[in-house]
Amino acid sequence: MKDSIHTLAPQLQRIDSEPYYQSIADEVTLFEAAAARCLPVLLKGPTGCGKTRFVEHMAWRLKRPLVTVACHDDLTTADLVGRYLIVGNETVWVDGPLTAAVRAGAICYLDELVEARKDTIVVIHPLADARRVLAVDKRGEMVAAPASFMLVVSYNPGYQSVLKEIKPSTRQRFVALDFDYPEAAVEAGIVAREGGVDTEMAKRLVKLGELTRNLKGAGLDEGASTRLLIHAAQLIAAGIAPAAACTAAVARALCDDADMTDTLDDLVRAVF
Amino acid sequence: MTSSGQFSSSSARRLFAAELESQLNAILFASPSHRSAAGIAAELEALPRSQQEKLLAWAATAAQTDAEIGHLMVTLAPLAFARFDAAGFDAWALAGLDAYDHDGAEAAKVLLGDLESFGTRFDGGKSFVRFADIEPRLSRFLQGLSGRPLSLGISSKTGAWTDSETIFLPPQLEGFADTAAGKEKYQVLAVMLWAQTFFGTFGSANIDLAAALQPWTETPEQQRAVDWLAALEAVRLEARISLDLPGLGRRIAAVRGQWPTSLENWVQRLERPAATLADSLAALTECMSGNLAAPQLPHAVLLDPAAALKIRAARMERDQVVLKRAINALKGSSGRSGQRDPNMVPLAAVGAEAAPGALDESAILPPEAQAAALSLQQDLGELPPEFQVPAGTGAWRPTRQDATGECSTSSNEPDRRYDEWDYRRKAYRRGWCHLFEADVPAGAAGYVEDVRQRYAALIRQLRRRFELLRGEDRLLGRQPEGDEIDVDAMVDALADRRSGAEPSTRVFRRRIRNQRSLAAMFMVDMSGSTKGWVNDAEREALVMLCESLESLGDAYAIYGFSGWTRTRCDIYRVKRFDERYDQDVCARIAGIEAKDYTRMGVAIRHLTQLLLHQPARHRLLVTLSDGRPDDYGDEYRGHYGVEDTRRALQEAREQGVRSYCITIDRHGADYLGHMYGAARYTVLDDVKKLPLKITDIYRRLAS
Ligand SMILES: Nc1ncnc2c1ncn2[C@@H]1O[C@H](COP(=O)(O)OP(=O)(O)O)[C@@H](O)[C@H]1O
Ligand SMILES: [Mg+2]
Repeated sequence: MKDSIHTLAPQLQRIDSEPYYQSIADEVTLFEAAAARCLPVLLKGPTGCGKTRFVEHMAWRLKRPLVTVACHDDLTTADLVGRYLIVGNETVWVDGPLTAAVRAGAICYLDELVEARKDTIVVIHPLADARRVLAVDKRGEMVAAPASFMLVVSYNPGYQSVLKEIKPSTRQRFVALDFDYPEAAVEAGIVAREGGVDTEMAKRLVKLGELTRNLKGAGLDEGASTRLLIHAAQLIAAGIAPAAACTAAVARALCDDADMTDTLDDLVRAVF
Repeated sequence: MTSSGQFSSSSARRLFAAELESQLNAILFASPSHRSAAGIAAELEALPRSQQEKLLAWAATAAQTDAEIGHLMVTLAPLAFARFDAAGFDAWALAGLDAYDHDGAEAAKVLLGDLESFGTRFDGGKSFVRFADIEPRLSRFLQGLSGRPLSLGISSKTGAWTDSETIFLPPQLEGFADTAAGKEKYQVLAVMLWAQTFFGTFGSANIDLAAALQPWTETPEQQRAVDWLAALEAVRLEARISLDLPGLGRRIAAVRGQWPTSLENWVQRLERPAATLADSLAALTECMSGNLAAPQLPHAVLLDPAAALKIRAARMERDQVVLKRAINALKGSSGRSGQRDPNMVPLAAVGAEAAPGALDESAILPPEAQAAALSLQQDLGELPPEFQVPAGTGAWRPTRQDATGECSTSSNEPDRRYDEWDYRRKAYRRGWCHLFEADVPAGAAGYVEDVRQRYAALIRQLRRRFELLRGEDRLLGRQPEGDEIDVDAMVDALADRRSGAEPSTRVFRRRIRNQRSLAAMFMVDMSGSTKGWVNDAEREALVMLCESLESLGDAYAIYGFSGWTRTRCDIYRVKRFDERYDQDVCARIAGIEAKDYTRMGVAIRHLTQLLLHQPARHRLLVTLSDGRPDDYGDEYRGHYGVEDTRRALQEAREQGVRSYCITIDRHGADYLGHMYGAARYTVLDDVKKLPLKITDIYRRLAS
């Protein structure tokens, strides 16, 4: 019984070795300043452009534990804050990841915040302004956040659903950092290092990425992310022929539409 | 032995004459001819079963269009099978039906009857590729390469060329081993032309191409110089392409083959990554000092510096042209009456009683001249006196004064007036657009039912998919956590514990609230340009949409828009929010037709207002149009309309309405990104995709 409670307890991740993060602009300095001033941070940008990696890197830099929550549409307030469980004859309170992060003075990263239910998002409001408290209603407790607690959320503005937009009352509590795919040479460096291919191959992959991003709005919702390019690189490093690797990891991963798939194949063939 | 066993064991045997006859009689039953199938059936008996089946299938298809054609096909079949293989027979039958669709029964009979001439064409047909076959895919490919839409067009010269805005390709290419090779050649030609525009063949800030070609311009050497430059640039551009796109480079090289000896000297020099047009021009001077003719390359494209430079100049002069046209319009209307530019005649008048201008405040000039005068005077920095009221507080209201009250009859009074954004003055024109709302007149009764039947399988599939999106209020029992105790679970748990078993900890009930609170407005282009395909696709798309949305339960409405000048902006009701998807709505969907012009801003503003009255938490506006905003007269077309539409979408967004814009435009267009600024959008190059696409888009927007 006790064991099952512990597996439900949030994981406080301690990051001891430096996660590789290639800084693009002044985001590291800005984040550090926000952390020093106890300001919450919003990371805006398309999927797979390094937001999660950046947070991991900053947690390491600031030497704070990290709690990551991937938001989804069944995520309830209790999932974040905590709940009573009945164990044998008694009820036992178990902190949710957000409460645990507040108590531990950790960085709490809510990935893809808009995916969460609207009524869930509201619980972060008092944590994200000058009050810096978390209301644990079920226990009648107000948990004050220590100075080292930091709230970080991410948001993909390219997301299309009207049901999933971040409300102004939420977003205006955050310092917003814009993320995007880095310029070609920098992105190639990242792809080479993370994907295990040489610079020449990485450059070609990034070129393909650019070509697919050109199709955004003209048939594609989003072009290939750095993550997809890294996937292709990893397949190549594992011995798959480049064109086949890109077809599988990039072209097929981007869309199902038959015409668009043809076009993506054409682009792959142009690059390799 | 069962009868089905009998059938399958003998399915490869030939059909006997009697069997053929009865099938043919059934297929050709409606034929006005009284010829008997008996004679032909006897002839067909000798054919193998596969050919008999093929023929019966084609005859049935043909007979649905015209029994005579079906009959003819059957009669000619033995000859046709003797002349063609299976694929050839299919092509022959299909060509016959195509001819019927395009040119009627006589043409079809001629085509089918002349087996020999079809045969010759068919045998050669394997090796040619037509522009239409490659255009959509090639156009997307170029969009990928360049990140901006480049138009594709058919070249009227003998060769491929570009004017730097459009790539002109031959109507067809022939003489290939297979169609793949033909498509490859098209792609290579298009890429070479794209490269001309992308890698600076027509000059740059530092290199003036016209000046560089000056020594040979209007001399007998002119053509030789241009041809040489084209060849030299082919070397440079190929190397430049290979640098970024090695795969493409290899394929160009394969089509190109060996460099001709006359170019070999230059290859090394022009293949350097740093080579520019300047290097090609230097080489050109040397080539021209000799008297060799320019080499003919297999993937040669024409170079037309004059055309490209002209287009560029044209771009710079565009504003002046607009100004001149405005002056002409002003002169024309203040002179004799009844003289109108024939190009400006409206596509269809919306009821004679609503002549534009009749409602107009100043009612002196016809609307097109008025628009032109305004445009002109504003460009000159002076505003007509009646508009010299500062915009902003709604101080200016259109009044009837100038028209001495004679127009303020109720039938001409607009239902609403809307402001319009004038980008030149960076302010609104107050109450500028007169909006009228009316029902779409009922169309053909069986239309929607027809579409439903045609797409029955698809509709079932869509309904299932949309049902999955539906979020209902659910009460979940036996949860580890929740707002209430689940009594059943609690009793079980207590009982378990009494009996010494491990009790479950899932003893709560939790309510999942319905998250869907979405109202969607669909705004459908009913302008004249949608006539034909686009209109058909729109109506089919709406049927799909209604069928899908009905199973989802979101509130939705459908309105069409069109109009004819700012004093006649029409909004057509197809389905109101509070209306059910019933017979009346179906009849109105059927009745949607192409009307006049596309003044988009006012339509967006009005439908946004309707949306705002919906109690939903989320509001979505989906617009469907087939090109640039446009209206009668010069004013709305062009930049003004784009800016007003952009503004209207921004206003919608500020009021909490999210917009998604679907544009049907085969050629893509570079103004869209700007115009749709605040909204998300997509461009469809193929109108036939609309019915599927629109439901798909909605599903993504609303999940
Ligand atoms: N600036 C960067 N520095 C290092 N790695 C990066 C960077 N940007 C992207 N990556 C790589 O891309 C992958 C996807 O990034 P991730 O942080 O998961 O994206 P996001 O959270 O934005 O969706 C990472 O695993 C990492 O390998
Ligand atoms: Mg992530």
